[in-house]
Amino acid sequence: MTAPVTAGRRYAGAALDRVEGLDKVTGRAAYAADHRPADLVHAVAVPATIARGEVVQVDVDAMLKRPGVVAAIWHGNAPRLATSDEELAVLQSRRVAYRGQYVAVVVAETPEDAREAARTLRIEYVAEEHDVILRADHPRAYRPENVNAGHPSDTGQGDPDAALAAAPVVVDEEYGTPAEHNNPMEPHATIADWHGDGLIVHEPSQNVSGLRATLASLFGMPPGHVHVVSPHVGGGFGSKAKTLPHTILAALTAKQVGRPVKLALTRRQLFVATGYRTPTVQRVRLGAEPDGRLIAITHDAVMQSSTLSEFTEQTAVPSRVMYAAPHRRTTHRVVRLDVPTPSWMRAPGECPGMFALESAMDELAIACGVDPVELRVRNEPAAGPESGLPFSSRNLVACLREGARRFGWAGRDPRPGVRRRGRTLIGTGVAASTFPALRAPSSATVRAEPGGRYTVRIAAADIGTGARTVLTQIAADALGTAPAAVTVELGDSALPPAPVAGGSMGTASWGTAVVRACEELAARLEAAGGTVPDGGLEVTADTGREVRAQERYSRHAFGAQFAEVGVDADTGETRVLRLLGVFAAGRVLNPKTARSQFIGGMTMGLSMALLEESIMDGRFGDFLNCDLAQYHIAAHADVRDVQAYWLEEEDPHLNPMGSKGIGEIGIVGTAAAIANAVHHATGVRIRELPIRLDKLVR
Amino acid sequence: MRVHLTVNGRDETVDGVWEGESLLYVLRERMGLPGAKNACEQGECGSCTVYLDGLPVCACLVAAGQADGRRVRTVEGLADGGRLHPIQEAFVECGAVQCGFCTPGLLVQAHDLIERVGEPSDAEIREALAGNLCRCTGYEKILDAVRLAAARRGAARTGTEDRS
Repeated sequence: MTAPVTAGRRYAGAALDRVEGLDKVTGRAAYAADHRPADLVHAVAVPATIARGEVVQVDVDAMLKRPGVVAAIWHGNAPRLATSDEELAVLQSRRVAYRGQYVAVVVAETPEDAREAARTLRIEYVAEEHDVILRADHPRAYRPENVNAGHPSDTGQGDPDAALAAAPVVVDEEYGTPAEHNNPMEPHATIADWHGDGLIVHEPSQNVSGLRATLASLFGMPPGHVHVVSPHVGGGFGSKAKTLPHTILAALTAKQVGRPVKLALTRRQLFVATGYRTPTVQRVRLGAEPDGRLIAITHDAVMQSSTLSEFTEQTAVPSRVMYAAPHRRTTHRVVRLDVPTPSWMRAPGECPGMFALESAMDELAIACGVDPVELRVRNEPAAGPESGLPFSSRNLVACLREGARRFGWAGRDPRPGVRRRGRTLIGTGVAASTFPALRAPSSATVRAEPGGRYTVRIAAADIGTGARTVLTQIAADALGTAPAAVTVELGDSALPPAPVAGGSMGTASWGTAVVRACEELAARLEAAGGTVPDGGLEVTADTGREVRAQERYSRHAFGAQFAEVGVDADTGETRVLRLLGVFAAGRVLNPKTARSQFIGGMTMGLSMALLEESIMDGRFGDFLNCDLAQYHIAAHADVRDVQAYWLEEEDPHLNPMGSKGIGEIGIVGTAAAIANAVHHATGVRIRELPIRLDKLVR
Repeated sequence: MRVHLTVNGRDETVDGVWEGESLLYVLRERMGLPGAKNACEQGECGSCTVYLDGLPVCACLVAAGQADGRRVRTVEGLADGGRLHPIQEAFVECGAVQCGFCTPGLLVQAHDLIERVGEPSDAEIREALAGNLCRCTGYEKILDAVRLAAARRGAARTGTEDRS
């Protein structure tokens, strides 16, 4: 295996300022919707007003008589697309699979005219009865072949049912998490512009290479004819990682009208067809000895997907990794409902799954009379509990110990509901975090100029993570130069193909390719006597072989989160007074950008614990609370004190940087730590998120 | 309709404005000032915050006609020529910028706070910025940035007074 690059590591690990920071604080950074090509027309997608059925007729003729309207397109007059993906087959069928699905698009000279046209377009439907509410005992629940990220649906070892029946201490509870929406601050927007047989798309994307491939295939052209431009992405959290229907709609419309088209979704439209976190119903059973040592773990999760495609979140997967127990089982079931397709939202699987497992661990700690930190330490596995693979590094125990020390956990009185400051009940809680350390093949090009400047080119995405900055540092080290001499170009599909900014694997995947390209360039420069030729020197690396050949290890980041809450004894109003996380995630490449990633994740976890919930309206079949006035995300005044720390972790089995991904682990476990603290404060166990007043006031 | 505005110190006239248009639309789409961002279009997120006659407002909630004859200052107008305002420097330095989409509105709101209050307390900062949603940072570094900018501005003022 390749050893980590240790020589000349001067900048990886340094708190470099964000390289595009100046552009962002002056308003110069251009996002997709800021782009205004000449001759632009505006498109507005028209959503279905039934949850299931068929479109019979759309009154296109009446619409075209209106001033300013350029086109009205529906299934009856849309060009055909080459796809079997029903999600992306926009306007290819009369069928309506969920309320809000795009059934038409209108195009006008101004956004106002387009909006008004969309509002008044007459559409005739035949509605059918719909089914939009997830239940654990839904008769159509089935076992999918695989769940998200390719994990098997079900796993098992030993005889958990018998072990649970005989266990001295048993926790057997049902936990629920609601549907949640990613809500990046930047709404999705597409500007599509055809030039001859080529298509240019300005679009905030976490995956420009993937979007290019999908668009090329849908419109039946070579990938080189599609150009996706996405230099700045205003947050994504998973919602800009997959190709989405509105992008197809914009491209199709631009082709039809022969002019550049802008299709900007409103905040309300983001709640329909840009993905969301599925609601989950989870049953966790833990069987233990009186001292807390686990005998059996079972984790059964039920999720929803649409009738269009099967997306099953890997909710029970973290229970395959966390704790040792001889008898175990995990299962996933999915119900296909008349709802939009759920998708990736920050830490899919781990985030809702660890809420259930880590709440159950707290309940077990109480049942056994064992300290919750100590309980987790006692159940630390020597190797992957199911895979049997050695961990490349695992420092959960060290995170728990360090977190307990920093938080002041020692001497905690475990009794619930006994600490009071005036009207406020005070409690503390702990939960563990985990997230896999993945890596995907990537390519990258580095170019040296005679003057000593270098340019790195890679179709990566910086969605606010700091990728541009960290790749600059990685390249500077590998080239033995200063970050100021390196320019990183990313967010453009014309650059060397790279994998998605998702699964917390961006830096590991892109960084490996950048290091390999820089190493090769440095070697060639050395061979040439250290002189850059007049025309410059360029090297491209592809890490496909290296990544596929990597040794088999169980690779995960771990963490421990501690929360202190105050609950108003009369109103149930809950405030998180303190959140403290300690993480072990390999080498931290930039403490400044990393700290924000951890704290941002933890704050989104706080938001999940107390606020976030998309409520499905059973009668109409869509989400009721679809704006930021009704779907609450944590605001500045909701946050009191959030601190993130990390341990130095040397792991030679990861990648040349020795890093694990840090974009998602911060949200994992936070909600459980808070719910556990709320129980400690009040004696009320909340097993269904979010922790609302009405659940606390009895 | 025709609208006259003073934007970032320059007198501007915009023709053909539709009566229902927002100030945000006029700035972004008609004047080529896309710094203020459109993230909710109904006054919930603060991403479009600009000064209107010296008061921070959500530009999405101000009708263009209401802004007629008034002064507007956007994120593009916070720097003094090539010199950044301390709040802009502090945002980069403290790591308060991530995806950057909430940043222009937050900068205007934070600029107003420290110009008005001087050195606000943490509680004042959290409250004053509670209308500017950020989904990336978790707000802690934004708090640090406002503290730092306020302290530097205070020190600069004191320095100036000492010299005068």
